[in-house]
Amino acid sequence: MLGLGKKLLAAAAIASLAGPAMAQDDTIKMGALATLEGAFTVLGEDGMRGVELALEEHGYMAGGKKIQLITGSSDASPDSAVRAARKLVEQDGVQILVGPLSGSEGLAVKDYAKTQPEVTFLNGSSAAQDTTLREPAENFFRFNTDGAQWMAGLGEYVYNEKGYRKVAVLAEDYSFPYTQVFGFLEPFCRLGGEAPLDARFWVPIGNKDYSSVIASLPDDVDAIYVALGGADAINFLTQYEQAGGDLPLIGGSITVDQTVLGSKGRTRDFVIGTPSAGPISDTWDNPAWNEFVAAYKEQFPDGFPSPSLFAHAYYVNTKAALLALEEVNGDLSDGGAAYREALSNLEFDTPTGPVHLDERRNAVADIFLTEVIEGPEGNLVNKTIEVIPQVDQTLGVSYEEFLAYGQVGRENPTCE
Amino acid sequence: MIRRLFKGEISLSDINPAWALLALFLLAYPSFASNFFTFQIGAYSLLLGTVALSLMMLAGYGGMVSLAQLTVAGFAGYLVAIFGDNSVGVMGLGWPWWITVIVAILAAASFSALIGAISVRTEGIYTIMITLAIAVAFFYFVRQNYVIFNGFTGFAGVLPPTVFGVDWRDPVPFYYLSLFIAAFFFCAVLYGARSSFGLSLQAIRDNPRRMRALGYNVTLHRIAAYFLSGLIAGTAGVMLAWFNSRVSPGSVGVDVVIDILVIAVVGGLRHPLGPFIGAIGFVLLENFAIDLIDRERFNTVIGLAFLLAVLFSPDGILGLWDRLRTKLRSSRNARPRSGRAQWEDGSPAPASEES
Amino acid sequence: MRRFLARHTFWAIVIAIAIAIFLWMVFAVWPEWLDNAIGSKKTFVNTFLNGVTLGGLYFLVASGFTLVFGLMRNVNLAHGSMYLLGAYIGYEVADATGSWFFGLAVAFVAIALSGILLQVLIFRKMEGQDLRQTLVTIGISIIAADLMLAIWTGTTYQFAPPEWLFGAAELPVISTIRSNGEAVMIKYPIYRLAVLGVAVAIGIALWIFLNRTKVGAMIRAGVNDRDMLSATGVNVQLVFALVFAIGAGLAGFAGVIGGTALSIAPGEDIRYLLASLIVVIVGGLGSVSGAAIGALLIGLAEQFGLAYFPTYGVVLTFLIMVVVLAVRPQGIMGGRP
Repeated sequence: MLGLGKKLLAAAAIASLAGPAMAQDDTIKMGALATLEGAFTVLGEDGMRGVELALEEHGYMAGGKKIQLITGSSDASPDSAVRAARKLVEQDGVQILVGPLSGSEGLAVKDYAKTQPEVTFLNGSSAAQDTTLREPAENFFRFNTDGAQWMAGLGEYVYNEKGYRKVAVLAEDYSFPYTQVFGFLEPFCRLGGEAPLDARFWVPIGNKDYSSVIASLPDDVDAIYVALGGADAINFLTQYEQAGGDLPLIGGSITVDQTVLGSKGRTRDFVIGTPSAGPISDTWDNPAWNEFVAAYKEQFPDGFPSPSLFAHAYYVNTKAALLALEEVNGDLSDGGAAYREALSNLEFDTPTGPVHLDERRNAVADIFLTEVIEGPEGNLVNKTIEVIPQVDQTLGVSYEEFLAYGQVGRENPTCE
Repeated sequence: MIRRLFKGEISLSDINPAWALLALFLLAYPSFASNFFTFQIGAYSLLLGTVALSLMMLAGYGGMVSLAQLTVAGFAGYLVAIFGDNSVGVMGLGWPWWITVIVAILAAASFSALIGAISVRTEGIYTIMITLAIAVAFFYFVRQNYVIFNGFTGFAGVLPPTVFGVDWRDPVPFYYLSLFIAAFFFCAVLYGARSSFGLSLQAIRDNPRRMRALGYNVTLHRIAAYFLSGLIAGTAGVMLAWFNSRVSPGSVGVDVVIDILVIAVVGGLRHPLGPFIGAIGFVLLENFAIDLIDRERFNTVIGLAFLLAVLFSPDGILGLWDRLRTKLRSSRNARPRSGRAQWEDGSPAPASEES
Repeated sequence: MRRFLARHTFWAIVIAIAIAIFLWMVFAVWPEWLDNAIGSKKTFVNTFLNGVTLGGLYFLVASGFTLVFGLMRNVNLAHGSMYLLGAYIGYEVADATGSWFFGLAVAFVAIALSGILLQVLIFRKMEGQDLRQTLVTIGISIIAADLMLAIWTGTTYQFAPPEWLFGAAELPVISTIRSNGEAVMIKYPIYRLAVLGVAVAIGIALWIFLNRTKVGAMIRAGVNDRDMLSATGVNVQLVFALVFAIGAGLAGFAGVIGGTALSIAPGEDIRYLLASLIVVIVGGLGSVSGAAIGALLIGLAEQFGLAYFPTYGVVLTFLIMVVVLAVRPQGIMGGRP
């Protein structure tokens, strides 16, 4: 009796342990990886909305094949991102993977991509420079821009229009803010602006108490460049106001975004007039963008009031994946080589303007320069001041010249 | 058993058939499992189980529930990245792999002994608090320190060497390496529990005051236990860093620290097999929960499993199994023997089935 | 006091000198060399005040933790979850009613009730099993953290405290003299001073409650000898439930106070749990005055760490813990462990 049971059990085990179930001929398996657990869950969910939005537009079909979506989840740590990617690729057998969400996850997944040359990886919303700049993976594509690109035009704007000459810097102490600070300071300092090294404050990520830092901010600067995200930004803004701070601010891409401006609690009048730059602008009055926002709102009544930059980035990357599939008629039989060729040469219009890739498969796209204003209902919104067209990853200089700037870090650029 | 093995007095009939089957299954596993199951399920379970084993040893035999075991493992992983090679461009001193590994494991064991020295002077419940504080402080520290630990980003490109022409990160070799390490420490703990050191450790757990009066150096015994558990956790930590090919603050985060406790407690703290059972369950759940339930509430499931184990089956899954077996047997009126007593005399755990 | 002077004349002199130097550093205008050596006076004074006010907040959280342990030997590792839950509940109530104070009161009561429930439904059933109780609280905190994330998502919440608590006050301390001879005064957020005030008030209230009331006497008796207390005919279970209610309520109360000073977001539970752990390890488990000393020490260490050597701030806190454990394993004010 038991012997038979054991045999059955073993058979079942072997069946389930065998490799990935092969996809049927008329179906393409696509994986989507985002942070669906932990503190970034809300952002990951919005990223997934972007994926679904793009798939919905194509009716879950591309190049005559059905698209089967399989989701994976990380907790924003690179370890978990790679584990989830490995499960999607090696167990579920996805041929195309869209994700992940955050910078260090992106770097980890890129490294993993190198071990899976047959699978095509498209970025989610991660924006670390080195994902594509240094040692890129042949099969990793990024149709969204990176953190330094997002700052395009901001340095020039505050130097020329606002007339700031000397700024203090307050940012979290890890790679994404380094990238943003670099993107902002590089043009600002080239024009002659100053950002003394002893007026740069690097706080640990997740720091809640900014009072000591606020106390150390120098009095002789024209403005403070703040690159903090989410909760950290909200904490700083409140405490700065409480402490009676009165210097104007310059925002990083996620410092004065919709999640911060619309956070529960006090509205912060003193951020009105804060300039910032990023890959999207909520209030951009453009038919393509408005259509995108309308589609998002219709499909996801429970989503954000307007798609976040995570939904946007996931949408753009998924869209690229589908368009390239159309081009090769859904044929991935050569291990996806032709498909990746099509991706490399793909050029299409996104809700935020045209996008194409450079030779390291990073996006060249438009960037939005914005400023916080008071909206019609007394709420704070970002107004589009200028669209910086077709910003590339090396910010207008050659690849070699850009590499010579060195890796982003606390003291890059030195501004001397 | 080992002693008899050396004397050549052991015969095939002495080996519990269930153990032989288990060993055979584990050895043959890669032949029928896919690379994914060999590497990400098999090897990863064995490694997590080994870390949990180091906790089981401290908690089960020494009565010291240390939440810093994963921290010790993570420390070893960090040292491998710092002394060996990594692809980040920070530290990476490029020492030969074998020196790196030995130094990393020994340093991790010393770190563990230090944690022991800090916490064993106090008694009982303090241990869990102090080790938790150390674990959290270590996480915050590596996240903020850029000079040595490369802060938030941590290290990538931490790879095992190619030795004897084998790339040890290929799924099958890596699996066998993990299996060897897990089996080695499993047997070592099993055997160690019967050694005079292990026995006095258990006696200290049950009555430290009496042992002190008998002239035992209680503090030293406990610190030594921490050192040994550090060897286990450190070795697993090196392997985990190789498994992930990276180590970062996320690898030593509070949630992962708690996961190890969950694995050990749910699996069972009375026998070295428990942590491995817990680890297999945990890894399967971690990988496949998303296909069955909403992944979002993964932590609730984990927490509930833990809570249920603590509330209703303090000996974890092994304890449950044991009770069930006893019940079955007594209802059949055959050999009504208490499983618990059997464990305490250190003989192999009842993992067998009636055949 | 006099006996201390007679016995430890040397230390008394050292302490007196330290206090004198400190007062001088706060009130005098700094000469240039001091400015050059350790940075501006504004930074120093602000950091000091931040440390003290943060210490106040830590005391509010840790006093409940230590109170519960002192009587019931229960290490409640879900204490951080109670802090966070109190903050969320307080936020919802304050948001709905528009009254911050009402939110504060409801947070206290709601978390106190949850404390009673825990004590009556779970901990009472496993009395004397320290380790098992602690493990249960870990399980509860895992589930609680996940459920709170489900309900309140990862968004950051901030309270709107009453208008008169918002903004900065000018302190009668000169920061620096401008070149035109005008003195620049140091500004400090009013709310933070209020936090300190509340912490001191709660500390005094706790002291009076424990030392001057009958119930307080019972609790102290229970801390010393539980069996004796029940032998005298006191309903021990009632006292236990009461203490758990106060301890948990304080965590909820601190949630609103702390959530207003900083903000509420997932992960705060771990942060305040860690703070409570270190504070009571340093101060001595079960001692309310120890919690006060520990909180002050840790608050100051954290803030001076952040201001003067950011990367190693955690190490400073940690070192304090290790040194205390090495010299006095039971904590500064602890009895025998």
